[in-house]
Amino acid sequence: MSAPVTLITGTRKGIGRHLAEYYCDRGHIVYGCSRGDPGWSRENYKHFVADVSNEGEVKPIFSAIRREHGRLDNLLNNAGIASMNHSILTPMDTVKKIMETNVIGSFLFCREAAKLMKANKYGRIVNFSTVAVPLKLEGEAAYVASKSAVEGLTNVLSREFASFGVTVNVVGPVPIETDLIRAVPKEKIEALVARQAIKRLGQMEDVVNVVDFFLKRESEFITGQSLYLGGV
Amino acid sequence: MQQEIVELIIKTAKELGDEELSLSQELNADTQLFGKDGVLDSMGLVTLIIAVEQAIEDRYEVSVALADEKALSQARSPYRSVTRLAEYAAGQMQDT
Repeated sequence: MSAPVTLITGTRKGIGRHLAEYYCDRGHIVYGCSRGDPGWSRENYKHFVADVSNEGEVKPIFSAIRREHGRLDNLLNNAGIASMNHSILTPMDTVKKIMETNVIGSFLFCREAAKLMKANKYGRIVNFSTVAVPLKLEGEAAYVASKSAVEGLTNVLSREFASFGVTVNVVGPVPIETDLIRAVPKEKIEALVARQAIKRLGQMEDVVNVVDFFLKRESEFITGQSLYLGGV
Repeated sequence: MQQEIVELIIKTAKELGDEELSLSQELNADTQLFGKDGVLDSMGLVTLIIAVEQAIEDRYEVSVALADEKALSQARSPYRSVTRLAEYAAGQMQDT
């Protein structure tokens, strides 16, 4: 069997980079993207500089994958931005940027991926949410709204894409030591962790484990599911 | 250009075959594709649109999204007939 072709968004740093390196090391051909140069490289890894919400910048990624491999097996919609701020203090520009990257970006990649996956009657899409959604976390209204939209999108796409042999699921991580939470006050993180059944920060491996599960060929009967870490 | 795309759509539909599109007849320029008297169901339309986008990319090296708000409009849908779809695709290609 030929090497799986996997596309991951937001690979410059954090979970995206970790996932890209992880799947490269496991023999996948990995395509990644971010708004800037990643500053790292790997055998079997190809990077595109693209804004995930810009159709004109995104479509060439899929054209390249189609030209070079004729198929796409896995899509991990990891790219995301957050804003930790009371809604009263959140500027509209921030809300727009969050929606564009998290919602429009995920939609666009799902749509284009499904076109490639349908031809091969096989595909796995994993979208990224957060435990902030079920926890209804105060101070993250725009971020939670965007990730709720990602979950809704996933639910509908799981049905629309089912006949293509494509599954669409969500992983909802707890806070992990990445740039995304570095700016959040320590007591806020502690309060959040206290609401989990298992009270610790997440590890990259926890996320990888769930993604691995969704990507397995044997997971063909699992779609439209949101799996949260930490027992939330 | 538009005539070329009409032929490309007909060829693409033929290659997909009756099984993929559930077609009972071969397409021609005037075939009503979708909507009242259309030969395709919604899944058939999705299948054809994906294949036509890819065929356009292969032939003209330009990437278009033949997605349109007016899909369900009887009067203005670009999916109404083969000719309308070709016209719409040619317009999209000019815009890119």
